[in-house]
Amino acid sequence: MHGEFFMNGDIACAEGGISGGCRLFAGYPITPATEIAERMSQRLPKIGGVFIQMEDEIASMNCILGASWGGVKSMTATSGPGFSLMMENLGLGVITETPCVLVDVQRGSPSTGLPTLVGQADMMQARWGSHGDYEIIAISPWSPQEAYDFTIKAFNLSEKYRTPVLVMTDEAVGHMTEKVTILPEDKIVLEPRRKPPLPPDKFKLYSYDEKNIPWAPNAGDGYRIHVTGLTHDERGYPVVNAETQNKLVRRLVNKIRLNEKEIADYKGFYMDDDPEIVIVSYGITARPSLSVVRRLRKKGMKIGLLKLNVVWPFPEDVIRKIASIATSMFTVENNLGQVSIEVERVNFGRCPCFQIGHAGGEIHSPEEIIKEIEVSLKNGHR
Amino acid sequence: MVIDKHPMDDWLRKDRIPHIWCPSCGIGIVATCYIDALRASGIDRDKATVISGIGCTGRIPGYMNLDSFHTTHGRALPFATGIKLANPELNVTILSGDGDLFAIGGNHFIHAARRNIDLTVICVNNFTYGMTGGQVAPTTPMKAISATSPYGNFEHPFNLVHVASAAGAIYVARWTTLHVRRLRNAILEAMTKRGFSFIEVISPCPTSYARSNKLGTGLDIMRFYQQRSVIRHGFDPAKTDITMSSEIIVGKFVDSEKPTFTDNYEEYCKKLKENK
Repeated sequence: MHGEFFMNGDIACAEGGISGGCRLFAGYPITPATEIAERMSQRLPKIGGVFIQMEDEIASMNCILGASWGGVKSMTATSGPGFSLMMENLGLGVITETPCVLVDVQRGSPSTGLPTLVGQADMMQARWGSHGDYEIIAISPWSPQEAYDFTIKAFNLSEKYRTPVLVMTDEAVGHMTEKVTILPEDKIVLEPRRKPPLPPDKFKLYSYDEKNIPWAPNAGDGYRIHVTGLTHDERGYPVVNAETQNKLVRRLVNKIRLNEKEIADYKGFYMDDDPEIVIVSYGITARPSLSVVRRLRKKGMKIGLLKLNVVWPFPEDVIRKIASIATSMFTVENNLGQVSIEVERVNFGRCPCFQIGHAGGEIHSPEEIIKEIEVSLKNGHR
Repeated sequence: MVIDKHPMDDWLRKDRIPHIWCPSCGIGIVATCYIDALRASGIDRDKATVISGIGCTGRIPGYMNLDSFHTTHGRALPFATGIKLANPELNVTILSGDGDLFAIGGNHFIHAARRNIDLTVICVNNFTYGMTGGQVAPTTPMKAISATSPYGNFEHPFNLVHVASAAGAIYVARWTTLHVRRLRNAILEAMTKRGFSFIEVISPCPTSYARSNKLGTGLDIMRFYQQRSVIRHGFDPAKTDITMSSEIIVGKFVDSEKPTFTDNYEEYCKKLKENK
């Protein structure tokens, strides 16, 4: 299907998965992400794909990893409580370098929290939620259209960098209905699987290119691969020592960190005249933030918005540049201080930094953001 | 005649030998039986995939010169479900331990069996967590001593073949590592049968379980299996509990037919197309 549709962010996300090449979806019902699974259960059986409802989110995450090694692009979707359960095997996906897409439709939290209401408080969990050192790619849509576009993008990034990619959407985007343009198949550019450049007798499973990215065959391709969650060498064999650990973990981290500029995706609004005040925001919260910028511009304030499309890896360069020009920075997000910590870290005292947070349950109103900006500008840094 | 090459050499990752298993451990026997069954099956070895969770048995795939996946603790079955649904041509076998498959992985086990995913599960049951040093397991018999039941286990154990059959497995058997020929034949039967097959292999853990329960050497345990095992094909799996003093009832308990997940899913998709 393609053309213009009126659909919510969850449905758009499912359609983005299908357009992105997803042919196996494994999930478990959870508000407010259930519509993604429901849509997949309607669509995949009709296009030669597999939908399976697993026994829990732990199984869902494992199932998509297995499917990926079986040669099929795969995806799951959940919300906070399920996201917590997926952390264990997100780590397996990271260390085994398995392309797949995990959608988190964030809701108010912690724990069961606010199942039907918005939140953005899983951002640091997205960054660090599984144990150990690693880097991850996380992208955050602010509209149903972006839920569609970014899910395609997530599949492409996962194949390109051989890593799980997180789509950090939220209840408001998930349940918001807007116009969405679904692209015809021939207009979508899909990243192919990085198949081994060498025959089985010459190929090492975790050999890698100059960007630290490996290739991999699928199970059944005749390569007789060994894939393990243990620290492993280039052959994929477990080697339990500090030297192998150092080499592997540094490469896993560098695979994302050193390619950050290539992965980075952000959009500036009213940023061309190097504004004095810059709001950094992402996902649903970037929408009231943009409204704030427009209102304050009308009042003559030199203010701009940096909307992060890719939140992780964190776009250090652009934040640093802004911090050295702006006189103050505000991070607006629907949590009590997560991405703002990264903004402050990278800003490194170049200009005062403030977080305009929210505990969740509703999105910020432009009025409360304006009020907080005014108070902070008056009182200075806390 | 001098044989300079072990007949299994080509099937193992020789560059990973020696393996980690203790002398007299039964896991190597199970690995050998699997390879022997695979060779006899005529299955294209490049379409054979072995998957495990974590633990001593979980290390089997790492030694097999086949596509092999060593996943997280308890998660071999959902991973295997994904790989099988992605490519139904693959012959997928799960080799893992009792703690992995029935404690942390218990929920995944019953649901994979319920769905009748076309997988073969070989569970090495040594009644304990061997790799972590012999703690109490969901299979540890009452009164048995372990590192976390130092005064004798007081929890009721699972009877694995009963669990498997109740959850819907279409093939259920139990053998010990003494029954090498029967075990190999059971694996062959299970891997060539469509649907969710389950084989429990009673196996010695000489270092932990046998030592703490004074069961003697590896040879003593084999003798114990010989004396205690009773072959009863078709026996009610509900009546095959294992205790410290009981017989070990072995044999093939379930051998039935029902459509697999993939059979039903394909039918479902076909109907959708016809109704279009």
